[in-house]
Amino acid sequence: MSFVEYSEFIQEGDVAIIFLGHDSMMPVKVQQGAQTQTRYGVIRHSKDLIGQRFGTKVTCSKGGWVYVLHPTPELWTLNLPHRTQILYTTDIANITMMLELKPGSVVCESGTGSGSLSHAILRTIAPTGHLHTVEFHQQRAEKAAEEFREHRVGHLVTVRNQDVCKEGFGVTGVADAVFLDIPSPWEAVRHAKNAMKRQGGRVCSFSPCIEQVQKTVEALADEGFQEISTLEVLLRVHDVRSITLPLPDFGSDQPLETPTDTPVPSNASVLCKTTTPPRDMAGHTGYLTFATKPSV
Amino acid sequence: MADNGDNDSQHRVNEGDYVVLKRGDIYKAVQIQKKKKTVFEKQWFFLDNAVGELYGTTFEVVTGGTLQPRKPKHVESSADAKEAGTDNRNILDDGKSQKLTRDDIETLKEQGLKGQEIVQQLIENSTTFRDKTEFAQEKYIKKKKKKYENSVMVLRPSCRVLAMMYHGREPGKICHLRYDTLALMLTLGNIHAGSKVLVFETCAGLVLGAVMERMGGYGSVVQMYPGGGPVRAGVESFGFPSHFHDTLHEFPICHVNALLAGTLDTEAKNIDADSGQANGDKSNLTQTDPEKAESKECSPDTEDQRMETSTSTDPAADKEREEREKRREIRGQEKKVKMEEKRKKLAAAAAVLEGRNADGLVIASRFHPCPVLLGLIKFLAPSRPFVVYSQYKEPLIECYTKLREQGGAVSLRLTDSWIRHYQVLPNRTHPMLLMSGGGGYLLSGTTVATDTLKMGSTRGEEPAAKRLKLTETTDG
Repeated sequence: MSFVEYSEFIQEGDVAIIFLGHDSMMPVKVQQGAQTQTRYGVIRHSKDLIGQRFGTKVTCSKGGWVYVLHPTPELWTLNLPHRTQILYTTDIANITMMLELKPGSVVCESGTGSGSLSHAILRTIAPTGHLHTVEFHQQRAEKAAEEFREHRVGHLVTVRNQDVCKEGFGVTGVADAVFLDIPSPWEAVRHAKNAMKRQGGRVCSFSPCIEQVQKTVEALADEGFQEISTLEVLLRVHDVRSITLPLPDFGSDQPLETPTDTPVPSNASVLCKTTTPPRDMAGHTGYLTFATKPSV
Repeated sequence: MADNGDNDSQHRVNEGDYVVLKRGDIYKAVQIQKKKKTVFEKQWFFLDNAVGELYGTTFEVVTGGTLQPRKPKHVESSADAKEAGTDNRNILDDGKSQKLTRDDIETLKEQGLKGQEIVQQLIENSTTFRDKTEFAQEKYIKKKKKKYENSVMVLRPSCRVLAMMYHGREPGKICHLRYDTLALMLTLGNIHAGSKVLVFETCAGLVLGAVMERMGGYGSVVQMYPGGGPVRAGVESFGFPSHFHDTLHEFPICHVNALLAGTLDTEAKNIDADSGQANGDKSNLTQTDPEKAESKECSPDTEDQRMETSTSTDPAADKEREEREKRREIRGQEKKVKMEEKRKKLAAAAAVLEGRNADGLVIASRFHPCPVLLGLIKFLAPSRPFVVYSQYKEPLIECYTKLREQGGAVSLRLTDSWIRHYQVLPNRTHPMLLMSGGGGYLLSGTTVATDTLKMGSTRGEEPAAKRLKLTETTDG
């Protein structure tokens, strides 16, 4: 198993995703002799996981069952331990496409945070690309590096514990794309420009507040970036449902046989297969600002 | 800029490259061919001068139709000194404030004035310009620039650029798939280098190209296609290196059932790899093998007839007959070779599919997604993602329901994406006035192992709490 390559069978040291049912999942580190408690009972790693195929159904001690899934960056985003607010798949998908990431891309990112976007980037740029990620919080930087190693992607990433606004990304003239998710991205625009290849590249800044966006757009324009564009994306989920709608009874248009008889009401109803929106939905994550560094 | 040119060569435009021309929000995919006239936004020009320049360079179209690299813009510091008003209470919009007529402007154009100079002329000849607020002046200048500017940016093709181009120019060709929806498909499908992905699309090859871009030439892609032949026009626009095509297979869906049943004989010499009659879909006839069409026209029968009616016996006619026979033989041989090639390709694709261990499935077509999904999901390994796009919601509701009934998939989600662009200017930041109404719907999920043998007993294994969940009317 690795986050950048599929494998068929579960092995010791793998990270697996236990699927418990409707939107309920948990990550698990597979180890000989270990056990994992779930609401359906205990999963014994040695017996139930190691050597089994990813995707198989595992019966737990209480009799209930779960599925064991191969990790993907998308599943990781939904299950990773939050050390900061993270980016979710909808934003990640658009960032990936708009930054034109693909195998071989060299990417600079700051801040690393909880590594949600980092894993998605690594999956896309493997096997020949590289990610330079900067995190100014020491423990978070260390934890991220540890996770990358456990997930077998350490060779594709370099974690640096420094302040990107003061010291940059630690590399110059190599990046095809730069991503900023920091409080003051306008302070890192020049460093982003320097980290990028001389012949050009793409940059993205993610900010929750419009004031941050305004300052960043101004900084990008001042540094000569082109194609500056700001957008936001949201995902709407549709819950598929069967609903029964009762039909009204307008009575018969024929006169009644016996005037004293009350008409018998009919209980007709119609079955519809439709979708309903959930009660709430994510209304805002952040604004995405993209730009192109022109070739000098 | 004293770098050695070798470093740059992969960043520079070469003859024969597929590029995308851009002006504002308008894109067009073209191939660089010297001395060939290209039309873009009602302008004709030659792309010759783009060769050797870096990708991302902006060019001016000068008289004569040649491209000239544009010098970097100098900041307009004169903006501060401009006279401006405070509001529009006294400005009358009577259409008479511009003193230059349409003819005057045409004359300026013919004189060879650059776009920027024409805009300057318009400003000077506008009676109301200096009464406008600074913001209104900027907006006016921007609008005129957009109209009279003749700059063209030459971009390297990418999924981003091509998806925006198709969505803006020909959405009908791509089933109205919006670029953010495509972005989601690629990510939810976990498309990455080294995997084996099945694609069924009728989006002019855009989706296929996007998948191939994310695979980077590693792994394999099998394009399942309906009808006569795979449509790949969009793939060409990506300008992939030739070795990418080594990883691309194609398989006609008319043979899917046979393959699944194990009755597909790819060794049979008479197997028709391009049967379009199976599902009556003749809409891809433009992609039919041109060799086939040609050989039909020149079938041996008509040749024989022609020969029989010839009665002349002079040496010239004899020689002609000989040559015709030779050509017929050669054509016959070519046809055989082509058929054999096709058979080999079919066998290769079948071999890739047979193992039923594909890593991903992407569907985006005008066909009803339900049968497509149920048919092709059988080729996926367990614990692998699939993504189905449909312009409409209801067909995906059906897919969802059928998949729930038959099992074998978890985390089913029916979603659509909402996107909004912003204008960001000091004191003028707001969402754009026009917004996309919709970008299609996605059904995504993950396959799991199907235990067909234990179907009956599974219910008994579940604890009581779980059994209750399954009888609610809320699906999933």
